Amino acid sequence: MTYSDGGGGTPGQSLMFAATKLNTRNHRLQWLVRALFGLMTLILIVPVGIILGVLVVRGGPAISLEFLFSFPRDAMTAGGIFPALVGTMWLVAVSLMASVPVGVAAAIYLSEYAADNWLTRVINLAIINLAGVPSIVHALFGFGAFVIFAGFGTSILAASLTLAVMTLPVVIVATRESLQTVPMAFREACWNMGATRWQTIRIVVLPNAISGILTGVILAVSRTAGETAPIMFTGAAFFFPFLPHSVFDQTMAMAMHLFVISTAVPGASDELKYGTALTLITLVLLMNAVSIGFRSYLRGKKKW
Amino acid sequence: MVKATPLAIDIHNLSLWYGDFQALFEVDLQVKQGLITALIGPSGCGKSTLLRAVNRINERLGDYVRTTGEIHVLDQDILRNDIELAQLRRHVGMVFQRPNPLPLSVRDNVLFAHRIHRADEKFNRRKEDEIVEHALRRVLLWDEVKDHLGREATGLSLEEQQKLCIARLLPIKPTVILMDEPTSALDPKGTAALEELIWELHGDYTILIVTHNMAQAKRASEETAFMLLGRMVEHGLTEQVFLAPREKETADYIEGRYG
Repeated sequence: MTYSDGGGGTPGQSLMFAATKLNTRNHRLQWLVRALFGLMTLILIVPVGIILGVLVVRGGPAISLEFLFSFPRDAMTAGGIFPALVGTMWLVAVSLMASVPVGVAAAIYLSEYAADNWLTRVINLAIINLAGVPSIVHALFGFGAFVIFAGFGTSILAASLTLAVMTLPVVIVATRESLQTVPMAFREACWNMGATRWQTIRIVVLPNAISGILTGVILAVSRTAGETAPIMFTGAAFFFPFLPHSVFDQTMAMAMHLFVISTAVPGASDELKYGTALTLITLVLLMNAVSIGFRSYLRGKKKW
Repeated sequence: MVKATPLAIDIHNLSLWYGDFQALFEVDLQVKQGLITALIGPSGCGKSTLLRAVNRINERLGDYVRTTGEIHVLDQDILRNDIELAQLRRHVGMVFQRPNPLPLSVRDNVLFAHRIHRADEKFNRRKEDEIVEHALRRVLLWDEVKDHLGREATGLSLEEQQKLCIARLLPIKPTVILMDEPTSALDPKGTAALEELIWELHGDYTILIVTHNMAQAKRASEETAFMLLGRMVEHGLTEQVFLAPREKETADYIEGRYG
C-alpha cells in the first residue's frame, strides 16, 4: 500500500513516517549523485577493460610456452621473449631488495623516531618532490651516479638501483601512512610496560602496518616492471641474446623490448608486439595479485 | 501496569541476526510515552542492538543484519518497506556513548538537523537564533555557551558535548530519544548533570536509555528492563525490578553476582 495520496493507509496508520516531498526530492538527488559517481567509476574502469581486452584478443594467440621460453630470432621479428622476461624479473627483484629495506627503514625513522622539526619537514617535502621527478631525469641521474661514478657500468645493478631511487618515495610514503594508522594508544601501552621504541615497533606497530606497507611494495613493483626510461641508459640492452648471470651483466627487459620492437624493428609482427605487451601486463598483474592476496590475508587477521 | 498510558515503542517477538550469530531472541518490550525506561544487562546481551533496531540504524550494515518480528513506534510498524528512514530518525533521535558533535560551530550543530529537514523554508536568522537558544536552554547549556556560539563544538568539554548532542535533536521535535550509555564517557559531575537533564526532558520525550550503571538506572528511570543473552528477562517499574525482582537472574545481576 502506498501513502502518496495522503488520504489512504490502513486504519490506525497516520502518515508520520511517510516520505514528504522533501524526502522524495532528497532521495532523487541522492540517487542522481550516486549514479553520477558510479558513472565516473565506470569511466575509470572502461579504459582498463579496453586495454586488457585488446591485448588479450590481439596478443593472446601469440602466447605459448615457446613464446615465453625462447629467444628472439630473425633480428627480433620472430621468436620469443625469454631473455626480456628473465631480465625484468632480475630488475624487479634487485630493485626491491634495495628500495624496500631503505624505504621501510626511512619511513620507520620518520614516523616513529624523528622529532617534528624543520629538518624532518624538509625531508618529507623532499620525498614528495622526489616522487614528482620525471623518470627520464632519474635515468640521467642513474647513468651519472651508478654507471659512471660508481663504476657499475651498464648493468642490472645500475638499472635496478636507478629504479629503486625512483620507487623509493612510493615505498616511503605508503609505509609512513600505514604506520600512522596504528593507534597511538597501542604504542603508549607498550611504552608504559617498559618496552623500548624498537620493541614497540617490532612487536606491535609493524605487524599492524604490514598490509599498508605491502600496498607500497605493490605499487613499486608495478612501476619497476613497467618503466622504460630509467633502464634505457643504465642497464637494459637493445638485444642481448644471453640470460644474465650476475647483477653486473646487461639484460633485456620487457618494457624496453616492447619499446624496441614497436619503434625500431621493421617487420616485427603486431602479434609479437601485442603478445609482449600482454605478457608484461600479466606479469605485473600476477605479482600484484600475489601481494594483494597476501595483504588481504594479513588484514583478515587484524582485529581492530 | 497502567493500561491507559499510550505506548511510544511496542516491540513484539523481535529476533535479530548478525550473519549467523543471533543477537536477539523473540524480544518483547513496551515503552510508555513520556517515561524514562532503562535497559540494563551485562555486556553483549543485546541492549545496544535492541536500541539500534528502533531507529533502524542497524541496517547500515546491509544484508548482514536480519530482523524478524515487529517494532511499532507510535502505533506504526516501522519495519515496513515504505517507511521513510529520514522521517523515522527525525522522530526517533539517538545519543551515543561517546559524544559525537559534528566538527562545526555550536550553533551549526544545533541547527544541523533543523536545516536538513526544513530545506524548503527560507533561513531566517532571527528564527534560527530562537531555535538555538531554546534548544540550548532546554539542555541546560545556554549559560555556558551563549557567548561563543561560533566556536567549534569539538572544543567543548565532554559533558557540554553530550548535552549539545541532545540539543541538536530537539529542534526537529523527536518523540523518542534513544540513549546508548550516554554518560559512560563523562566524569561523576558530568554524569550527574546529564542525569539531571534526562529528568528535565522526561514527560516531553520518551527516553529509552541503555546503561551499565545500576545506580543510574535506579536513580534516573521510571521503568527498567533487564536483558540477558539476547532475551528480555524482566520489565517493570524501576522500584519493583530493583527491590523485588521476579526473576532470579535479575536479582543476581542487580546484586552484582555477574556481569
